[in-house]
Amino acid sequence: MIFSKNRIQKHETTYSSDSYAVIAEGLTKRFGHFTAVDNISFKVKKGEVFGFLGPNGAGKSTTIRMLCGLLSPTSGQATVGGYDIAKEPEAVKERIGYMSQRFSLYEDLTVEQNIDFYGGVYGLEGQRMEDRKYWAIEMAGLKGKEKTLSHALSGGWRQRLALGCSILHEPPILFLDEPTGGVDPVSRRNFWDLIYDLSNRGVTVFVTTHYMDEAEHCNTIGLIYSGKLIAAGSPTELKHNLDKYSVFEVVCTNPVDAMEHLRQQVWTAETSIFGSAFHVSTLNVPEVHMKIQKTLEKENIVTSRIQKIIPSLEDVFIHLIAEEDERSNGKAIHL
Amino acid sequence: MKSLNVFPIVRKEFRQIKRDKRILGVLLFIPALMLFMFGYALNFDVKHTRLAVYDEEKSRTSREFTQLFFISEYFDYIYTLQSKSEINNLLDGEHVRAVLIIPSTFSKDLQKGNSTSIQVIVDGANSSTAATVLGYINSIIQQYSLKVMSQSFMRLGRQQLTLPIDFQPRIWYNPELKSAKFLVPGLIAFILMITTVISTTLSVVRERELGTMEQIMVSPIKPIELILGKTIPYIIISLFATVMILVLGYILFDISIKGSVLLLSLVTLFFLVGGLGMGLFISTLVETQQLAFMVAIIVSMLPTFVLSGFVFPIRNMPLIIQGVTYILPARYFLVTLRSIILKGVGLSAFWDQAIVLFVYAVIMISISSIRMRKILK
Repeated sequence: MIFSKNRIQKHETTYSSDSYAVIAEGLTKRFGHFTAVDNISFKVKKGEVFGFLGPNGAGKSTTIRMLCGLLSPTSGQATVGGYDIAKEPEAVKERIGYMSQRFSLYEDLTVEQNIDFYGGVYGLEGQRMEDRKYWAIEMAGLKGKEKTLSHALSGGWRQRLALGCSILHEPPILFLDEPTGGVDPVSRRNFWDLIYDLSNRGVTVFVTTHYMDEAEHCNTIGLIYSGKLIAAGSPTELKHNLDKYSVFEVVCTNPVDAMEHLRQQVWTAETSIFGSAFHVSTLNVPEVHMKIQKTLEKENIVTSRIQKIIPSLEDVFIHLIAEEDERSNGKAIHL
Repeated sequence: MKSLNVFPIVRKEFRQIKRDKRILGVLLFIPALMLFMFGYALNFDVKHTRLAVYDEEKSRTSREFTQLFFISEYFDYIYTLQSKSEINNLLDGEHVRAVLIIPSTFSKDLQKGNSTSIQVIVDGANSSTAATVLGYINSIIQQYSLKVMSQSFMRLGRQQLTLPIDFQPRIWYNPELKSAKFLVPGLIAFILMITTVISTTLSVVRERELGTMEQIMVSPIKPIELILGKTIPYIIISLFATVMILVLGYILFDISIKGSVLLLSLVTLFFLVGGLGMGLFISTLVETQQLAFMVAIIVSMLPTFVLSGFVFPIRNMPLIIQGVTYILPARYFLVTLRSIILKGVGLSAFWDQAIVLFVYAVIMISISSIRMRKILK
């Protein structure tokens, strides 16, 4: 990838409130008895890529839709670009771009006609419209395809055209709701290059995803689970959650049984399958490497590799989600 | 205040209509087709009724009497029966619509100055046609009776009989009593109702289904701009369709606008806006194009066809149904259209109807704007 990861560590100073692009406080959305988003608060710094991560149905889209003014919150408040989403939705709308997984293009219109429409809706005219149209076509790599129906474009192209259409008016804040869903890996990479490019120009990008590799590329990640924000921080900060554990990758003959046996050990925190191998996080007890090996040998499981690894974000999230489940189940029992 | 940003939506809407030939076909071809169908096929004039005669007497007088039926264009001579038993076959097989039976004592009775009776058997399966046929037969028989009476008066040596009442009919507005003249104005209302309600409903629901509505909703476009942008293209097309119907009506059925074209355009615009408002309103209630289409048809096409007075006269309906017709905008529009096109009367004759149409348009647009604003939130 073209982007460099070193820029991720740039926000370590303290910020005043006007250095935040998005501030949410106690944001809640209920649909009948179902609480889709449960009292979440977070801040997104100007110019950063903020990743909103969580499983399907966790409340990611509901949150983003509230911030864009598509849904009104049941309670709580939020400001976007310094404007209250409930009181000044018009001011918010002028400052944001929004693109969802559905790539809302008119399939029966050409590339150029789609750009004309969205540019017009955002009030672009004359030379600015021409400049931005040229820019969007260049950016999406659609030069020479201006007269092609958007219906005939492949997924990656449509996605980039949709992105272009949603930022024709050069909004300082961009909301992307699972923008890479259903797109091939190469297009996904290209798309993230575009996101970094925008971020480098000072655009704040708020993106939801359930791809871990995409989350690693964000400056800040918020993990949302069952409507609650259970962790937030930079990828490095989040990984500190696992400091008291060691994570091992194990390759062996019978991983399912092996995980089962390891889970019965007091020093095991979690096990989770990763492809043909599995990860086991353990408490930092002495010689834990040997303990794993012995446990498995006793059960006649042949191990070809046991290796201590740096935990990935996925390890962190599995850990955090398990903790959250324990907490809410525990609560339920005590009630 | 900043001027409304409507043009991009109107332009996009026209580009989509241009791309989707089906919409254009529905909006322009269907009105023309309906005009042909209704103008030529839907005909209430009962002419050339197939008639058979069973003349038991076969005298000069009875032949003279039956001739009276066939010199008019209302009846066609089909068959002379030889026995009464043939009647069933003729009517059952729909070879004839009516049978005229003349008794064997017909001329003798008349000569003696007695009254005689003619039996007529009519196929009543189509009740309205049967009633009309009976009316024609009755008037021919009455005419003949009068002739017989005045002849016998003269024979008795009296002076010529004069009737106490001289019937002098003058039929206004549609002197030839052509059904097409009555139907074409109704057809305009019918077609406009369909094009406006169905096309706007579909154009909004399609965007909701595709997700493009969401994309518009995050933009600074105001609900009023969206509503205008969505309706203006269909107003233009519907007006175009109206002009087309009027031109075709003139060429094919010789129907010219007797009244003011300006007034006609004005009430048509009220009616259009009401229909578009209703379309928008429906589109805020349903989620899928399929359902939208069904609801739009049920709400616009059926009542307008059956209850507006387009085909069936409202005053012949049961009172409760007559009450229902008052909520149909087409009812008022039809009165205005017939007033302007056929009668050529001025605003004083239909101002009340025009006001109802105006109020209806305002109400529909207001309700749909409120609903729109709600779903845009």
